[in-house]
Amino acid sequence: MRAALLIYLGAIFVFVFAPILASVVFSFNSDRFPSIPLGSFTLHWYETAFADESPIREAFRNSLIVAVCAATLSTFIGFATAYTDYRYGFRFKAGYIALALLPPTVPLIILALAMLAWLSQLGLSGTLTGIVVAHTVLGAPFAMAVTRLRLSQMDPSLEAAAWNLGASEWGAMRHVVLPFCLPAIISAFCLTAAVSFDEFAVAWFVSGLNKTVPVAILDILQGNVDPQINAVGTVVFLTSMALVTVAQLLLMAKGRKA
Amino acid sequence: MRGSAYSMSQSSTAYKYTWRLPLLIWQAAFFVVPLIFLVVMSFWLVKNYRMQPDFVLKNWDKMFSRGYFWDAYWLTLGRAILASVLVSVVAFPASFALAFKVSDTTRRWAVFFLIIPFFTSYLVRIYAWQVILAEQGVINAMLGAVGIGTVTMLNSGFGAMIGYLTLTLPLVVILQTFSLAAVDRNLIEAAWNLGCGRARTIAAVIVPSARIGLILGAVFCFILSFGDFVAPYYLGGSKPPTLSILIIDTTKSGQQWPRAAVVAICMIVTLFTVAFAAIALAYGRPKK
Repeated sequence: MRAALLIYLGAIFVFVFAPILASVVFSFNSDRFPSIPLGSFTLHWYETAFADESPIREAFRNSLIVAVCAATLSTFIGFATAYTDYRYGFRFKAGYIALALLPPTVPLIILALAMLAWLSQLGLSGTLTGIVVAHTVLGAPFAMAVTRLRLSQMDPSLEAAAWNLGASEWGAMRHVVLPFCLPAIISAFCLTAAVSFDEFAVAWFVSGLNKTVPVAILDILQGNVDPQINAVGTVVFLTSMALVTVAQLLLMAKGRKA
Repeated sequence: MRGSAYSMSQSSTAYKYTWRLPLLIWQAAFFVVPLIFLVVMSFWLVKNYRMQPDFVLKNWDKMFSRGYFWDAYWLTLGRAILASVLVSVVAFPASFALAFKVSDTTRRWAVFFLIIPFFTSYLVRIYAWQVILAEQGVINAMLGAVGIGTVTMLNSGFGAMIGYLTLTLPLVVILQTFSLAAVDRNLIEAAWNLGCGRARTIAAVIVPSARIGLILGAVFCFILSFGDFVAPYYLGGSKPPTLSILIIDTTKSGQQWPRAAVVAICMIVTLFTVAFAAIALAYGRPKK
C-alpha cells in the first residue's frame, strides 16, 4: 500500500515537471516537431531567439525593468501592510486585510480587462508604467504574506525594548524591525519579481507595443509551432526557478532569532 | 512598558499612516476602482471605436440574448466543476502519501518543489504539452511503439483538462497535504481500534476532519480553471469558446469593451457565489 502510494506520488511529480523538462530538452533539439527519438543537439533556437534584432531581446529588457519596479513597489507595500497588521488593531481591520489579500483570487483575464479600461482612462495603457502598476497590485499580497510570516516570529517586546532604551519609532524600525525582516524582504522581492516576470494576461492586454517576455511568447504561440519558445522558455524557467528558490530558502532559514 | 514613549497601540500619527496608507491608496486606485469601473463601463456605449459614457442596458441585453454567450457560460462552468472534482481526486492519493507516508523533511521538500511550478511560466509549460500531446508528438510516438495508432488529444476537452491539471494540481496537492497532515492522529488511531477498515477510516474520519483544506483546494481549482484562457485556447482548441476566450475576442477584435465587461461581471458573480457556498460548506455545521 505504502509503495503504491509513493509510486503514485512520483507519477504526480513527473506530471508536474514533465513539461518543464521537455521544454529544456526540446530547446537543444534540432527537430522542428520534437518527438522520440530526439534529433541532434543544436543551439540554433537560442541563436535565433537571442539574435541582435530579435524582439525577444527587447522583451527581456522590458520584463527586467517591469519586474524590478513592480517588485520594489510590491515589497514596500507588502511590508507596510504586514507591519500594520502586526502592530496595530483598528476598526475595519478585517476589511483592510481582505483588501490586502484579495487580488490573486480575481481571475487574471478579468483584471486584465478592468486594468486595460481603467489605465486607458488614465492614459497609462500601452506603457511599461501601466504594467508596473498592475503587477504591483498582483505582487503586494504575496509580499505581505511573506513579510507577515517573518514578523510573527518577532518578539513584540523587542520593539518596545528599543523604545524604552530611548529609540524613536523610526529608529526602532530602522535598527530593529527592518534588520529582523531583511530575509523576508529579499524573499518578497524575489517572489514578486517572479510573479511579474511570469504574468502574461494583464501584461498582454495593457502592454501595447511594449511587450514583456510572456507577451512575446504569447505572440509566437499564436503562430505555428516554433521551437524558439523552448529556448526562451528555458531561460524564463531558470530565472523564475532561481528567484522562487532563493525566496523559499530565505524563508526556511528562520531558525535564527534576533 | 513603564516610561516607554510608545506602546503597541499608541503611535505617532505620521508613523502609523506611513505604514497603513500605501496599501489603501494603491489597491483603491488600481484594484477597487478598476473593478468598479468595469461595472460602470458595462452601461456605456461604443461609438466610432470609442467608449462613451452612457447609461443603457444594451450591452447586457445583447450578451444575454445571444445563444453563444450561454453556450460559453455552461461550457466554462461545466469544465471548471469537472476540473475541480478531477484535480481533487487525482491530488488526493498524492497528498495522502505526503501527509502520512513520508517524513517531515521529505514533506517540506516536496512542498518546496511544488511551489516552484506555481510561479514558473505556465505559458511555456502549456506549449510543452502541445508538443508532447501532438499527433506527431512524444506520447503518440510511444503509443505507436507498442502498436497503438495515433490518438488525438489536442483541441478537445481532454486537452483542456490536462491544461487545468498543469495549472492547479501543485496548489491543490499543497492545500490538501497541509490539511491532511493536521488531522489528529489520535482520531485515526481510535478509528482503527474501533475496527474501522482503511477505506472507512478515510471516509469517516480523515476526510471530514480535513474538509476545510480539501474544499479550499477544490475552490482554488475552480477559480483558476474558470478564469483561465490558456488551457482552453491552446490545448482545448478555442472552439467552442469559454467565457475567458469570449472576453478576449470581444475586447481584442471587436473593440467592444463594454460587452466584454458584461461577461467579466457574470464571471465574478459566479465565482463569488461558488466561493461563498464552498466556504459555508467548509466552515458550516460540523458533520457528525
